[in-house]
Amino acid sequence: MNELLSKYPQEVQRILARYPAERKRSAVMPLLFLAQAEKNYITPQAIAEIAEIAEVSATEVASVAGFYTLFHEEPGGRYRIQVCTDLPCVLRGADRFLQELKAYLGIEVGQTTADGMFSLEEVKCLAACHRAPMFQLQGDGQITYHEDQTLETVRALVEELRARAGKEA
Amino acid sequence: MGQYLLLRHREIPNLHQLDVYRAHGGFEAFRKAVTSMTPADVLAAVKNSGLRGRGGAGFPTGMKWAFLPNDRWPHYVVANADESEPGTFKDRELLESNPYQFLEGLMLASYAVQANQSYVYLRGEFWALAQKLDGCIAELEKAGLLGENLFGTAYHLRLATHLGAGAYICGEETALLESLEGKLGQPRLRPPFPATHGLYNSPTVVNNVETLANVPLIVEHGPDWYRSFGTEKSPGVKIFSLSGCVNKPGNYELPLGTPFRELIFQHGGGIPNGGQVKAFMSAGASSTIVAADDAALDTPMDYESTQNNLNAPLGSASVIILDDTVNMADLVQKTVHFFKHESCGKCTPCREGTFWMNRLATRIAAGQGSEKDVDLLAAVARQMQGKCLCALGEFSTMAVVSGIEKFREDFLHK
Repeated sequence: MNELLSKYPQEVQRILARYPAERKRSAVMPLLFLAQAEKNYITPQAIAEIAEIAEVSATEVASVAGFYTLFHEEPGGRYRIQVCTDLPCVLRGADRFLQELKAYLGIEVGQTTADGMFSLEEVKCLAACHRAPMFQLQGDGQITYHEDQTLETVRALVEELRARAGKEA
Repeated sequence: MGQYLLLRHREIPNLHQLDVYRAHGGFEAFRKAVTSMTPADVLAAVKNSGLRGRGGAGFPTGMKWAFLPNDRWPHYVVANADESEPGTFKDRELLESNPYQFLEGLMLASYAVQANQSYVYLRGEFWALAQKLDGCIAELEKAGLLGENLFGTAYHLRLATHLGAGAYICGEETALLESLEGKLGQPRLRPPFPATHGLYNSPTVVNNVETLANVPLIVEHGPDWYRSFGTEKSPGVKIFSLSGCVNKPGNYELPLGTPFRELIFQHGGGIPNGGQVKAFMSAGASSTIVAADDAALDTPMDYESTQNNLNAPLGSASVIILDDTVNMADLVQKTVHFFKHESCGKCTPCREGTFWMNRLATRIAAGQGSEKDVDLLAAVARQMQGKCLCALGEFSTMAVVSGIEKFREDFLHK
């Protein structure tokens, strides 16, 4: 039983249709994104299911998942706050912003808040150097940019996401 | 025509909507090409315009297209939207605000090499832009500008997006193709080049987003008109991404050959807090560090002058400004850490070299390095040069060697 295929038949077909019929392997990365949107990380089961759909070995799928930084093989927070601390951002105060954010969330880089909502990560250049400090938010199957950030703007976002999760519960 | 050729959305509201883009002449170049020009005519126009690749290498675009052999099919065109060089954020603005001009360029390139399926490879972080681009492609299909029998001819074309997932190396064209094939983003040994053995081992053109956005204008107005901008060897306009210690960071579309001084002080508003410009990098983290003396500031920003006068590449024209508060040992620690993180691990000089350079640079930046460490760091960088499988390894040494050479005091007195 291929759960990914049975749960998302149309999405899987739409992904496969982008590539020549005999080139199913090209679908590995889009399928990893699809699987990750469901659980927020890539499970061993998803690796096996993607291998079956793309007609490659599970080892090959696992190696792709391990190579790229946006695929996560461990569960983290529901949202990953990924702060750019590369050179151009640091020249515009990204290091100080990260310190403030760590103090506000009460966690270090690589950790997750006690409520399981937020993980904090440092990432490389996100092509937003003119609007630093900035971060991207990865979670719920989406990636969104948040630019020209201050502690106030990030606090408002964190509170909003916590309130929304509270309502869902 | 207004002030802009590429950043036209700054003058035309809602240019990201198909009807607005078409109301301003959009897709007339594509219609003209498919209905009244041969593929060779389109290729000749781009060749004669002197357009050079805007992704970094500056290779003549028309020549790249002409390399595709006509006895092996299918052909593919892949747009490189993997924009990841620290300091570069120009393609993102085009994709966000003027996507149809870029897509029309991709469609013209596809027609010129008779590709029937082309791809846009976006870095995974551009997830939201990929959603928008998928919407644009659907609009084009609905409007009959993509699909079968375009304008009643036999030509047919489909486009699709493909998302990367966080790997700087995928901006390198052979690593990008590996990634598009569902593999690790690791560069291929060349030759053969993508022009003969690219995507799925087929003849393939890989062009940067900004490069392609120039093509509709060249087909519409002709190569002579395009050559009225820029310099003889670097024709046209370029989007310069300005960042770092400058009052007004952002994208500036200027003719190639504009001096660095004009970009930094006239457009960028100079240095904050009354500071002095100490140095700059012309091509992001991959660049040599250029000491900002008068001769450097007066150098024209075109491919030849930047390389010949400053021994620095123009690259993707991502100009990072460093003021007198920046210590170059800190800067080098940042760039080396970047390349160590992004090295794909395939070839030993880059994998090991960036690892050891990062150790040394981190120790020096922490104030715990000796003069011997500084010399060893420079020696490791020099030993890597000319030995790596792709340009990433080479790029990782640029700031190290030039930084220690020009600003040695910064490394010795941390």
